[in-house]
Amino acid sequence: MEHLISLFVRSIFVDNMIFAFFLGMCSYLAVSKSVKTALGLGAAVTFVLLITVPVDYLLQVYVLGPNCLVEGVDLSFLSFILFIAVIAGIVQLVEMVVERFSPSLYAALGIFLPLIAVNCSIMGASLFMQQRITMPDTNSQAILNVWDSIAYALGSGIGWLLAIVALAAIREKMAYTDVPKPLQGLGITFIMVGLMAMAFMCFSGLNL
Amino acid sequence: MSQLFSKDNMAALTNPLNLDNPVVVQILGICSALAVTSQLEPAIVMGLSVTVITAFSNVIISLIRKSIPNRIRIIVQLVVVAALVTIVSQVLKAFAYDVSVQLSVYVGLIITNCILMGRLEAFAMMNKPWPSFLDGIGNGIGYAIILIIVAFVRELLGSGSLLGFQVVPQWCYDHGYVNNGMMTMPAMSLIIVGCVIWAHRAYNKELQ
Repeated sequence: MEHLISLFVRSIFVDNMIFAFFLGMCSYLAVSKSVKTALGLGAAVTFVLLITVPVDYLLQVYVLGPNCLVEGVDLSFLSFILFIAVIAGIVQLVEMVVERFSPSLYAALGIFLPLIAVNCSIMGASLFMQQRITMPDTNSQAILNVWDSIAYALGSGIGWLLAIVALAAIREKMAYTDVPKPLQGLGITFIMVGLMAMAFMCFSGLNL
Repeated sequence: MSQLFSKDNMAALTNPLNLDNPVVVQILGICSALAVTSQLEPAIVMGLSVTVITAFSNVIISLIRKSIPNRIRIIVQLVVVAALVTIVSQVLKAFAYDVSVQLSVYVGLIITNCILMGRLEAFAMMNKPWPSFLDGIGNGIGYAIILIIVAFVRELLGSGSLLGFQVVPQWCYDHGYVNNGMMTMPAMSLIIVGCVIWAHRAYNKELQ
């Protein structure tokens, strides 16, 4: 239980998807113009992460790992293709379910939902999970069972949500400031995210 | 022969190098551009890998563009890219193991690199194989240039070396020069990319 909570908190603050690994940057910069849409995209990313990471965990452990399907065969070189297929399939599925049961949420998310399939943070979380399986169980980053993978996915998603909402809020205020012309728009946004990443580095000593 | 290097084809090759640069103008493929640039060597390897994968995935998609059903094209593109990335990742593991360990999950994340999907959607789906190939090479090199600039600054100021060779002489350290440890932190790469965008837009007035 202790390990679970530690993993969850660490993946929000210390191993933050945006500020520590820069995953999902493209949509992070493109969609952070207003807090409302940022919140919608963050929720969608968290939701998709919460489904794909445990599914990919089970695939990695029971299908792709050494000696799983056939004795003496290690299929993990197939993981890229399998993971991306799972992600694209689940995003499609989520899109259809949301459209059927909650048309209002579907309309609010709009184009962002299909775009999540190519969001690096989803694929990145699965690949990090693949690395963390082999870690020793004394390491607080290790993912040892399916509950750990769920905690990791939820933490990463919330971390991403937190980052995008914070940036969107700052950008809304930034609209009133006087920025040099060549720096306007993306230049200043990059520098701002850099400063936010530095602030988040303070959490790196966090130990539970 | 003159047809092969006609004006349009050369434009497909050279535009992405400056005015249509994928990183600083279109803001695509940021995630990996930021994460692998703390040293020059992984940045060069990453730039090369992305160039190769963009060029060949463009050619393959362009060859089969008329037989891809519109609704499932994203999944087809992802599978083609994932197969190419798997090949590149295995080649790196075989011939450049140290670099592949340094790049860790970011090789796998080339699959979700927005440059690839962007070029496939915007160019390869509508053009013949040869222009698509040139477009892929051009965008890959445009991406590599930015990576190399950022990695150059970070490695020079952060560890006083280039490609692993010490370039800041010992007497500088004897007289009190110190490496800027901040440069090796991930946060600085964002600020450097922000400054590159600033300089690029200040120079090219039409982009403002």
